[in-house]
Amino acid sequence: MNRRRRSKFAGTKINPTTFHRSQVKFYLILLPICVFMAVPIIFVIGQAFKSLGELFMFPPSIIPLRPTTINFRTLFLQSSIMAIPMWRFLINTLIVAVSVVALNMVVTVSGAYVLSKKKYRFTRVFFKMNQVALMFVATAVTIPRYLVVSNIGIMNTFFGHILPIMAIPVGLFLLKQFIDVLPDALFEAAKIDGANDFYIVKSIVIPLTKPALATMAILSFQMTWGNTETSNLFTTEEAMRTLAYFFNSLIAGAASVIGGAGIAAAAGLIMFVPNLIIFIFMQSKVMSTMTHSGIK
Amino acid sequence: MEGVENKKIRKYSRDRRIEFFSSLGMLAPYAILFTLFIAVPVVIAIGLSFTVFDAVQRPTFAGMLNYITLLTQDEIFVRHVLPNTFLFSIIVGPGGFILSFMMAWLLSQIQKGPRTVIALIVYAPSMVGGVFVPVIWRMIFSGDRRGLVNAALINWGIVEQPIQFLLSPTWIMPIIILVTLWSSMGIGFLALLAGILNINEEYYEAAYIDGLNNRFQEIVYVTIPNMRPQMLFGAIMSIVGAFTAGAIGVQLTNVNPTPQYAGQLILNHIDDFGLIRFEMGYAAALSVVLLLMIWFFSKLSYSLFGEKPDE
Repeated sequence: MNRRRRSKFAGTKINPTTFHRSQVKFYLILLPICVFMAVPIIFVIGQAFKSLGELFMFPPSIIPLRPTTINFRTLFLQSSIMAIPMWRFLINTLIVAVSVVALNMVVTVSGAYVLSKKKYRFTRVFFKMNQVALMFVATAVTIPRYLVVSNIGIMNTFFGHILPIMAIPVGLFLLKQFIDVLPDALFEAAKIDGANDFYIVKSIVIPLTKPALATMAILSFQMTWGNTETSNLFTTEEAMRTLAYFFNSLIAGAASVIGGAGIAAAAGLIMFVPNLIIFIFMQSKVMSTMTHSGIK
Repeated sequence: MEGVENKKIRKYSRDRRIEFFSSLGMLAPYAILFTLFIAVPVVIAIGLSFTVFDAVQRPTFAGMLNYITLLTQDEIFVRHVLPNTFLFSIIVGPGGFILSFMMAWLLSQIQKGPRTVIALIVYAPSMVGGVFVPVIWRMIFSGDRRGLVNAALINWGIVEQPIQFLLSPTWIMPIIILVTLWSSMGIGFLALLAGILNINEEYYEAAYIDGLNNRFQEIVYVTIPNMRPQMLFGAIMSIVGAFTAGAIGVQLTNVNPTPQYAGQLILNHIDDFGLIRFEMGYAAALSVVLLLMIWFFSKLSYSLFGEKPDE
């Protein structure tokens, strides 16, 4: 009896190390879902590399027969004849993205350390508030956010792009959970050696929370790179807008142009690929952070 | 002797004070940003919801007027927006969450190599970014023969004329739901996957010795109880994702309102009043209703997966 149970357990093992015939049924469910998830992306990649003729072909092929970079060239050409060249938007986006990622990290790691290791009343209250804010949906309060931004005088500045998206409750939450697991003894020892809080964050917390910091960097980068909200609402000067916004308005205009689909696909691809590459390189760090994501 | 003791105590209390203020100082930058761009907007929304405000003149206090209008006068809200939002958020919120969990569980049953690849494919759509999701799907559901779905249907002889998917009141809602589910497997899904993989194998072994018989029991008695915190995180992320994506109908059809209000969700209604008609007070009342909906779903998640005091 006992032996039968053991063998049954071996068959139902979670996280198996080898392939077993019993796994076939899982693949049979997973693969169709995979196709559904992947086809739209593969199709749009194909569209980006199709020539005008192929874009109009019936039936449309998913993979381009004769791939061409004409759509990308048209995209760059179209933007270079405009009053503001595309590189201006790209530089704006890079300035904003780098600032948000870096500043968000500094601000969040010091905040998360305090919330995790200091037992004051204000730390408990603030962490609860942040936990409630996990359910914050920025688009629900677009107008009040606009009122705040215009009243503190950061419209049409880089601050208007950076500050409103710098506080990311999910980031603080994940990082705090990650720091919670670090042993208290480590911090007490450092304190006895005379280390102050800044030193502790710099030389203990940051080196030991690298996976969580990487995850946060990915999250904040994705949020910034594809963000059109700040350009749309907090900027009225054309030259201060970002690449995502520019592409988006280009696509809206391109919808009526012949071959617009190819240009739109090319722009979408440019926005998607950096996210994908960064995630592929960091995915093991993200997964190890997510282990600590639970809300207790 | 006593003097030394006193000095020690004084130094100790000084250190404590320094520690308190340095803690406060280190939290301050995040706390200020949080207050300015998250807490204050919510407070403003609640405040404005009790006023009439056209963005030009100063807001004037109007009591519950906006809320009364919402329930009694706004026929579009009661007849279209509210039912649409309800249907959409139930399927995409809880439904999307269950789907994420099922995907994560299936992935935990296979080896690491293929799992990593499939997880990446499933996660990838959430990286496309809100603005470009509609771009992709407009190509797929395009109303002419070049749209992928129409081309397939015509090619297989199912229809003769292309279907105007994005202009059709019958099709728009299912498409909105499909597209949102497609792009919803984000960090909530990753958290669930990490949670399942992180459960100690010995729990399963012990449970089987105690008489567990199949995988379904395994999920109910071992997997879910052992990853409640991740379940809660995943649930909150699903809900937030569902409501954040609430503008998708207008993005897909390119018109606000959507054809016959068939794809109109509360976010579109807010934009309609706030950014098109400049009835900011009324838009704020709608925002408050939306925040209450999110809060309700989150409370539900907490009561399902939160830590119970008696455990």
